Amino acid sequence: MLYMEMQEIIQVKGLTKSFKNLTAVDNLSFSVREGDVYGFLGQNGAGKSTTIRMLLTLIEPTAGSIDLFGLSLRSHRTEILRQIGAVIEKPDVYKYLSAIDNLQLFARLSGLKPTQQQLMQQLEMVGLAPRAKDIVKTFSQGMKQRLGIAVALVHNPKLIILDEPTNGLDPQGIADIRNLIRHLSKDLNKTILVSSHLLNEIEQIATRVLIIDKGKKLVEGSAAELFDPAQTLIELETLDNESAYHKLLQSKWSPALQPRRSNTILIKLHRDHIPNLHRELVALDISVLSLQPKHSLEDFFLQVTSGQYANTH
Amino acid sequence: MRTLINIELYKIFKRPRTYIAFAAITALIVMIQFGLKVDGKTYVDFMLNDLGSTLEIDGNIMNGYLVCYVMLQLLLVHVPLLIALIAADMISGEANMGTLRVLLSKPYSRTQFMLAKFIASTIYTLLLLVWLAFLALFVSMWIFGTDDMFLMKSSYVVLLKENDVFWRYIGAFGFAALAMTTVAALGFFLSVFAENSIGPIVATMSVIIFFTILSTMNIPVFNLVKPYLFTTHMIGWKEFFDIQVTDTNEAIVGSIQYPERIINSSIVLLIHIILFVVAAIVVFRKKDVLS
Repeated sequence: MLYMEMQEIIQVKGLTKSFKNLTAVDNLSFSVREGDVYGFLGQNGAGKSTTIRMLLTLIEPTAGSIDLFGLSLRSHRTEILRQIGAVIEKPDVYKYLSAIDNLQLFARLSGLKPTQQQLMQQLEMVGLAPRAKDIVKTFSQGMKQRLGIAVALVHNPKLIILDEPTNGLDPQGIADIRNLIRHLSKDLNKTILVSSHLLNEIEQIATRVLIIDKGKKLVEGSAAELFDPAQTLIELETLDNESAYHKLLQSKWSPALQPRRSNTILIKLHRDHIPNLHRELVALDISVLSLQPKHSLEDFFLQVTSGQYANTH
Repeated sequence: MRTLINIELYKIFKRPRTYIAFAAITALIVMIQFGLKVDGKTYVDFMLNDLGSTLEIDGNIMNGYLVCYVMLQLLLVHVPLLIALIAADMISGEANMGTLRVLLSKPYSRTQFMLAKFIASTIYTLLLLVWLAFLALFVSMWIFGTDDMFLMKSSYVVLLKENDVFWRYIGAFGFAALAMTTVAALGFFLSVFAENSIGPIVATMSVIIFFTILSTMNIPVFNLVKPYLFTTHMIGWKEFFDIQVTDTNEAIVGSIQYPERIINSSIVLLIHIILFVVAAIVVFRKKDVLS
């Protein structure tokens, strides 16, 4: 019997997976709380998929422990998997079956016997009801992805794991998946672990974030904690960046200047000081082409993966 | 477990590939039946060419029982390929489609999945043989009629009374089911190691061809291993059509010349099935699913 009052849905401790000469996941620990949309970030090859596969018992860990719903995955595998729906890397459905046949097959695998109406409701939620009886082979990548999510949801799981759910999708498809994740979290109270290397996508939906690199945890925390407004990064572009940079070096903004990336000027400051900076730039006779706050996850991610975050925290 | 087996069967019979085997068997049998119906007399004359001067034979020699025997000799060599098409695809096909990941993240043990898949591929194998039996035996009996069955062996002839034949076919098809299930088990085992269907299908056929050549070559060094090769025993169904004779060389109705050979071959095949399936489960339970 699963007890649902617990706070932590996933608790991973010291998780390690080694393949011959490669340690794909290295002593990784993290926890996902009930109701979280947990963003699992890392570059390609960082160990995200390997970790997710261990959560789903597709890969045996070399070391460490995984508890889900307060139970050990090793000893309560079947009970735990009943409560999980997952899409791993790409939609995994039978291409020679129709959308509704796929859904029915996976519902039966989960021990359910849903009515046609219930299945249609599921397809409706992912916008596939009009194509319910079409063979999946004829579907676009986005439609397959949405069907994969419907399959993951067909048994009404408490935890949903989505591994790179926006891979191969066009902008509209990405927006659809984002909205669906929001709906699942806010309206249906699902706990969601979503991995991606599309950082701006995670930034828009995640309540908590874990960033890993080379199998190791770099940082974990709430989006609010990680994206401190006092650490806002400004990207400045001017008519003459060299001259502007030297003028700023002589000014009171000198301590805020950051090492330059390509040809742009980077300034780190509190978000509230941006209007002051703007006035000062005019006073210094710097011709501004653009001044863009870059306090996005992408910059944060670049900071942590380059070691800058570790040096300052 | 029953749900899993039903789902596996549903998947098998929803795939167009499944019906290739049924279509191929139907086409081959209809072709042979047509040929024998049109020109069966020439075939019988050719078969009896050497005996014409020593035996006087009358009656319906080209009857449904003999036609079925001819077809089994031809087809049971090729049916393994049709079985491998499905059995060797059971795991590798799922890995190739990516569906293996979803299946294994469902609340069933890997052993349950493997057993369900093997049972489903065995049911497919048996259905294929039932279809073969229906066309090759029953349809041939209907087209060619029935009579005593005259068989030419390498150094002797066998004459089976009409009422002494049908049960032998039941035994022969039962034995063939065991032999073909061994092929299914081999394909199933090999499918664990691959992530596409072609490799295990080709590997299954290669193993069968290689072992069959070893089984049929009369080289002393190979004779040591022959009794342990499943291909040596796959043709054991023919033993059902050898009959015991009295001291006065009269056939004993309802007898089999070497029943112990059938038992021995059945045991060897059964051991192979168990070994292949257990090995497949052991390997698969430890396998990291990376596909």
